[in-house]
Amino acid sequence: MAQRGDGRRPTSVALFATCVADFASPGPARAAVEVLERLGVRVVVPAAQTCCGQPALNSGYPREARSLARRWVRLFEPYEAVVGPSGSCVATVHHHYPRILTGPWRDRARAVAERTWEFTQFVAAFGGDLPLRLDTTVTYHDSCHMLRSLGEAEAPRAVLSRIDGLRLVEMADPDTCCGFGGTFSAKLGEVSGAMGGAKLRQAADTGARELVSADSGCLLHLQARADATGGSARTRHIAELVRDAMQPEASA
Amino acid sequence: MSAEVGFRPEPFPVAARTALADAQLRRNLGKATTTIRAKRAQVVGELDDWEALREAGRALKERVLRHLDDYLEQLEESVTQAGGHVHWARDAAEANRIVAEIVTGHGEREVVKVKSLTTDETGLNEALAAAGVSAWETDLAELIVQLGRDASSHILVPAIHKSRAEIRELFLRTLDVDELTDEPTELAGAARAHLRRKFLSARVGVSGVNFALADSGTVCVVESEGNGRMCVTLPDVLVSVMGIEKVVPTWRDLEVFLQLLPRSSTGERMNPYTSFWTGVADGDGPQEFHLVLLDNGRTDVLADRIGRQTLNCIRCSACLNVCPVYERTGGHAYRSVYPGPIGAILTPQLQGIDRAGSLPFASTLCGACYEVCPVKIDIPEVLVHLRARVVEHAAGTRPVPGPEALSMRALGWVFADRRRYEAAQRAARAGSVTISRHGRIRRLPGPLAAWTEGRDAPTVARQSFRQWWAARGGAR
Ligand code: SF4
Repeated sequence: MAQRGDGRRPTSVALFATCVADFASPGPARAAVEVLERLGVRVVVPAAQTCCGQPALNSGYPREARSLARRWVRLFEPYEAVVGPSGSCVATVHHHYPRILTGPWRDRARAVAERTWEFTQFVAAFGGDLPLRLDTTVTYHDSCHMLRSLGEAEAPRAVLSRIDGLRLVEMADPDTCCGFGGTFSAKLGEVSGAMGGAKLRQAADTGARELVSADSGCLLHLQARADATGGSARTRHIAELVRDAMQPEASA
Repeated sequence: MSAEVGFRPEPFPVAARTALADAQLRRNLGKATTTIRAKRAQVVGELDDWEALREAGRALKERVLRHLDDYLEQLEESVTQAGGHVHWARDAAEANRIVAEIVTGHGEREVVKVKSLTTDETGLNEALAAAGVSAWETDLAELIVQLGRDASSHILVPAIHKSRAEIRELFLRTLDVDELTDEPTELAGAARAHLRRKFLSARVGVSGVNFALADSGTVCVVESEGNGRMCVTLPDVLVSVMGIEKVVPTWRDLEVFLQLLPRSSTGERMNPYTSFWTGVADGDGPQEFHLVLLDNGRTDVLADRIGRQTLNCIRCSACLNVCPVYERTGGHAYRSVYPGPIGAILTPQLQGIDRAGSLPFASTLCGACYEVCPVKIDIPEVLVHLRARVVEHAAGTRPVPGPEALSMRALGWVFADRRRYEAAQRAARAGSVTISRHGRIRRLPGPLAAWTEGRDAPTVARQSFRQWWAARGGAR
């Protein structure tokens, strides 16, 4: 698990909401705000933020991606810390920015990446005294970029293990790609669908009630696939799960 | 690949459909890759220093590539000193001509072959056939492909797409046998009887090369079945064809590679047969040895700072076995002797972006390939790099930008400005209402449309995150 900074909890964080939250799935960003505030952190949402540039980069448009990366760095570097409810978008900042930017921009990107946390990393590091309870059984899908670019598999599991009443049942291959892959799902829809189907089958085999992950992209893809094929799978973003597991303020 | 010259192979998404529709093929593939994945994971798990070994393998390859010209000259000198002949081939045609001339120069009409990707790449068998020479594949899986007039679908197991029942049928049809079950030992027995005759009659052997040592001129072939050992020892004349990137400095480097390769490849601690030979030895083995050094686009790959690492590849096939895309499309969809993740980066670089431009997109960028690659080729990084080259190439050949380029540029423009971005959100929500069916939309709105083409997507929430945040009076 990533240990960063001086180990003290930041007093305020900027929420890196992601463009997926703006265009398709606002729930996880909202939930992240609610959890962060309950942790006693002041949350700021920089209004000028748009997209981290990952879709452009992965589609073969590095020039556009580079300019969005610089924009992102400029926008978020004034803040004490940054938290994003997407393993993939946070991985873009950590893994790709230092590779696609050069000169002083690279150093600036590195410096802000140092203070940029994926949601569960932040909660795992600073949410130890947050009472959480939810009676459910879940299985966790490792999104590829969170797992392999950000190198984070522990934090989400640590957070799940802190929820009383929750049972985590692992799939046979939690780390196999769900088939989303951004534009891949458009360019190779059938292969993408087949991969999603396999993931859903593995999730169903665990007997878990919900399939949880830290990336909205994967979850949108999987939920859409389940709905389209008449499956009964329920997907939920881990930020929403944690929010729902929070106890009423009075008892906190 | 000479067979393909002259026409552009169909793009990956089209070719992939064939395999997707073939349930038998998918079962064969799924079964084979699952088994080998588990075997690999187990034997890799036994080594505490696996990551250090990978790093050593990567670093060694990097050094070889940095001084490739020096190592190749050193190799030429040592092979020559040991009594061998070295030939330099700029491209496939030149390599094929060299081999054909050696064979026909001895008045021979047939050769026995060790499984070799490099000679598949040059289309040697077809070229030899055109020169009146029959090339007999002696690797079991390669033989199955050859007898069935099929194409290889896996680097290591060319017939991975075939089941035992299918192989039995093929042998009954093409080999001189009357009765046969689909037991592996019986199938292998039938092939062995066929191959024995060839081994004893052929006077020329042809092989590829796994490693060639610059300092001693020793050539190494790694295999499982022992047919390779026969090919490189029984004939009078031996011709080995190697890609120029296969040179390694010295014996000691094999300590690293011979640990990395078998574990990654077949999931064995060590492969059964590792053959070495150094030039010719009086009265022992082939009395004439030729080494053909093939470029065929490799120096162009070398010139690309990011693409260069592709030449680290030791052809273990681990990346194929873990690739969830390969598992579903099979190898044929890649339309190249190099399928799977390595094919998706190597083929466009060797054949050209214009011929294989769909391959860099045949991936979700999940990174499972990079994780297992024994020489740490960052395949996703190279894929993304090649995607940019494809886009650039398309921009250079079209009079006006294509629809994707336009929407990407527009996306960059929208994302670069807050007001335009928020307007796009409003438009997307308005749009989603009109196309919504049964509580869902077929496409995600706005710039995310590309992600949902042809699939159901959840309806866009009525209240965007920003509206919610603003309504709460949150800080900006
Ligand atoms: S790219 Fe790496 S994993 Fe794939 S075949 Fe080559 S060496 Fe093996």
